[in-house]
Amino acid sequence: MVERTPILNFFTHLILFVGFVFCVAPFVIVAIAASHSLKEVNDVPMSLLPGSEFWVNIKTAWTTADLGPKLFNSFVMAAGVAAGKVIISALTAFSIVYFRYPGRMLIFWLIFVTLMLPLEVRIVPTYAVVANVMSPYQAILDVTGLSWLIEKVSGVQVSLSLGLLNSYTGLIMPLIATATGTFLYRQFFLTVPDELTEAARMDGAGALRFFIDILLPLSRNNMAALGTIMFLWAWNQYLWPLLITTDASHATAVTELKQLIPNVGGIPEWNIAMAGTLIVMLPPLVVVVAMQRWFVRGLIATEK
Amino acid sequence: MASITIRDVRKSYAKMQVVHGVNLDIASGEFVVILGPSGCGKSTLLRMIAGLEEISGGTIAIDGKVVNTLEPRERGCAMVFQNYALYPHMSVAQNIGYSLKVAGVPVAERAQRIQAVARILELEHLLDRKPMALSGGQRQRVAMGRAMIREPKVFLFDEPLSNLDAKLRVQMRSEIRKLHRRLSATSVFVTHDQVEAMTLADRLVVMNGGRVEQVGTPAEVYSRPASRFVATFVGAPAMNMLEGEVTLDGLSLLGGSRKLNVSRAGLPVGSKIAVGIRPEAVRLVAPGTPGALDATVDLVEELGAGRVIYVDLDGAAFSVVTSETAHPAPGSAVGLQFSEADLHFFSSETGSRLDVFKASMPVPAL
Ligand SMILES: Nc1ncnc2c1ncn2[C@@H]1O[C@H](COP(=O)(O)OP(=O)(O)O)[C@@H](O)[C@H]1O
Ligand SMILES: [Mg+2]
Repeated sequence: MVERTPILNFFTHLILFVGFVFCVAPFVIVAIAASHSLKEVNDVPMSLLPGSEFWVNIKTAWTTADLGPKLFNSFVMAAGVAAGKVIISALTAFSIVYFRYPGRMLIFWLIFVTLMLPLEVRIVPTYAVVANVMSPYQAILDVTGLSWLIEKVSGVQVSLSLGLLNSYTGLIMPLIATATGTFLYRQFFLTVPDELTEAARMDGAGALRFFIDILLPLSRNNMAALGTIMFLWAWNQYLWPLLITTDASHATAVTELKQLIPNVGGIPEWNIAMAGTLIVMLPPLVVVVAMQRWFVRGLIATEK
Repeated sequence: MASITIRDVRKSYAKMQVVHGVNLDIASGEFVVILGPSGCGKSTLLRMIAGLEEISGGTIAIDGKVVNTLEPRERGCAMVFQNYALYPHMSVAQNIGYSLKVAGVPVAERAQRIQAVARILELEHLLDRKPMALSGGQRQRVAMGRAMIREPKVFLFDEPLSNLDAKLRVQMRSEIRKLHRRLSATSVFVTHDQVEAMTLADRLVVMNGGRVEQVGTPAEVYSRPASRFVATFVGAPAMNMLEGEVTLDGLSLLGGSRKLNVSRAGLPVGSKIAVGIRPEAVRLVAPGTPGALDATVDLVEELGAGRVIYVDLDGAAFSVVTSETAHPAPGSAVGLQFSEADLHFFSSETGSRLDVFKASMPVPAL
C-alpha cells in the first residue's frame, strides 16, 4: 500500500483530482451563478466566467429573505442541538457503560431503536406533543377518570396545555432525542481502561467527579466531532423547522431560502437564489474548518 | 500504618468461585508479597482488600475494623496498578495531586506535598510533563507518587513492575524496598515473579487455585516448602521431583529402578509419594561413585556464574546447578550425589509435605 512509483503516483493524483472536481464543481457553479445579472444567469448555456453582480445579488438576497434574523435562528437551533446532543449523549453513554442497574439493557435497546425511528418517521406524534407538551399527561388524566373526578370535586375543569410551536425549545428538543451520539460515546467509553476508573475510585473520586474530571477531558475530541456533525445536521434541517414555525420570526435560514426560489411564472431570479444559498452555506463551512483538527482526531483515533 | 486481618475470604463470579476461603494476618508495617501463577486469584484478593471488588464471603478488617462494605476511599488504601493507570490528560503534578484535590486540600498545601513526594521520587524536573512524555520507569514512579501522597495506611501493588524491562525492574525493586524502609507503611505486593517476591518480601504468601498454599519468610518457603506446588513453583530452576512408592524396606523410585532406604513411619505400603531435591543441592561426581545415581547429560545451559546441567535419570528429567568449571559434554555419563537432609517428601495424593521420613542415600536397584 505504501508503494511509490511515478505511474502509481500519477493515477492516485488523477483519481484524487476527479473526486475533487466532482465535489467542488457544484459550489463553483453556485458561486458563478450568484455573480451574474438576471439576463446572464438565464442564458443557455450559462457563462462559466464570473459576472460582476456578486455583491449586488448578495445584498438583494439578504434583504429579500430577511436573512439576518433567520441566520441567527438557525445558529441558535444548530448550536442548541449540537450542545444538547453532546451533553445528553455523554450522560446516557456514561450511565449505560459505567452503572449496573435493573433495566439497563432494556434502556440500551430502547435508545438503539430510536436509530431506526428518525424524526421523519414519528413526525406526527412528535408534532402533537410539541404543540402541547402536556397532552400525554392530559390523556392519562382523562383515561383514568381523574380529570372527571377533579371536575366533580372542585368544579375546576382540567385542561393542561403548554405549546412549544414557534419557540427555540420546540425547534431544538425533538432534534436532540436521537441515539447516534450515545453510541459514539459508548464506543469511546468502552476503550477507556478499567484501571483508570479504578485509579479514580482509589483517589476518592465519586461517579460524577470521575465523569467531569477524567471522562469529559478525555473525550474532548469526540465532543468536537459529535458537536460538528450535529451542528451541520441541525443547520440543514428542513422538514421540522418548516412544520413547527408557523410564524416567520422563528423560521430558519434554510427554510427561508424558499423565499428566494422563483415561483413558476415569476421572474427567474436564480442569481439571487444562488447568492442566498452561498450565504446559508457559509456558517457550516466556517464551523467545519474551525473544528477540522479536533473533528478528524475524534473520528479516527482514540488517544492512547 | 495498619494491620490487615483476612478471615475466610471468598470470591465468586457468577457460579465460579475463584478465591476459596483465604485466611491471612498482616502485621502493621509488614511487607507481604502474594506470589502465585497467573489466574490464581491474587489480584482478586488484593482488589477485595482495596474495595474495588465485592467480597462474596468472609471478612477483611483493617486495623481491627471490618471494611467489607466501605468504599475504597474510606479504607485508607492506595494502589499501584500494573499499567500505571495515570490520567493521560493531566500533568505529572496533577496526577500525583489528584486525590488531594478530590479531598479538598487547599492549593498551597497540595503544591507543597506534591513537591515533597516529587523530591523523594526524583520527579521534580518532570512535574509539568504529561504521562505520554515519560519513560516506563518514570511513569512507574509517578504511579508510586500518586499512592504515596495520600499517606495511606496500606499500600497495595498489583504486579507494578511487570511492564518494565529487566534492568529497570531490578532497579525499581530496590527503590520500592527503600521506600518501604523509609515510610514503613503496611504493604501488600502481588506478583507472579518469584525473584521479585523473594527479594521484596518480609513474608511470602504463595497462592494456587484460589487457595493459600504457604505463608512464611522467603527463606522458610524456600527451605521448607509446605506442598509439592510450592516446592516446584518457588526456586529456579524448579525443584526436581521423583515419583516413588512406599515399600516394605523404604521407597522405590522411578517405577522401581532406584531405591531409597527410609523408615516408613506408619505410612501403608503402596502409598504414592514424591521426593524432591533442589538442583542447587545436587553435586556432580564421577559416574560409578558409590552411593551416587548415574545419569546421562542432556543439555548444558551457561549462566555465566555457573551452569544448569539437565540430565536424564532413567527417563525422568532432572536438573543440577553447579558452579564448578567442569563442563560435561551432552551424552556423557555423570554421577549425582546429594545428602539426605536436602530431600523433601510430599504426598502424591494431597501434595502436602511429609516430614516422616529419615532418608539415606538411594542405592541403585539390582
Ligand atoms: N470480572 C471477572 N469475571 C469473571 N471471572 C473473573 C473476573 N476477574 C477475574 N476472573 C477470574 O478469576 C480468576 C483469578 O483472576 P485474578 O485474580 O485476576 O488472577 P491473577 O492471580 O492472575 O491476578 C481467573 O480465573 C479469572 O479468569
Ligand atoms: Mg493479576
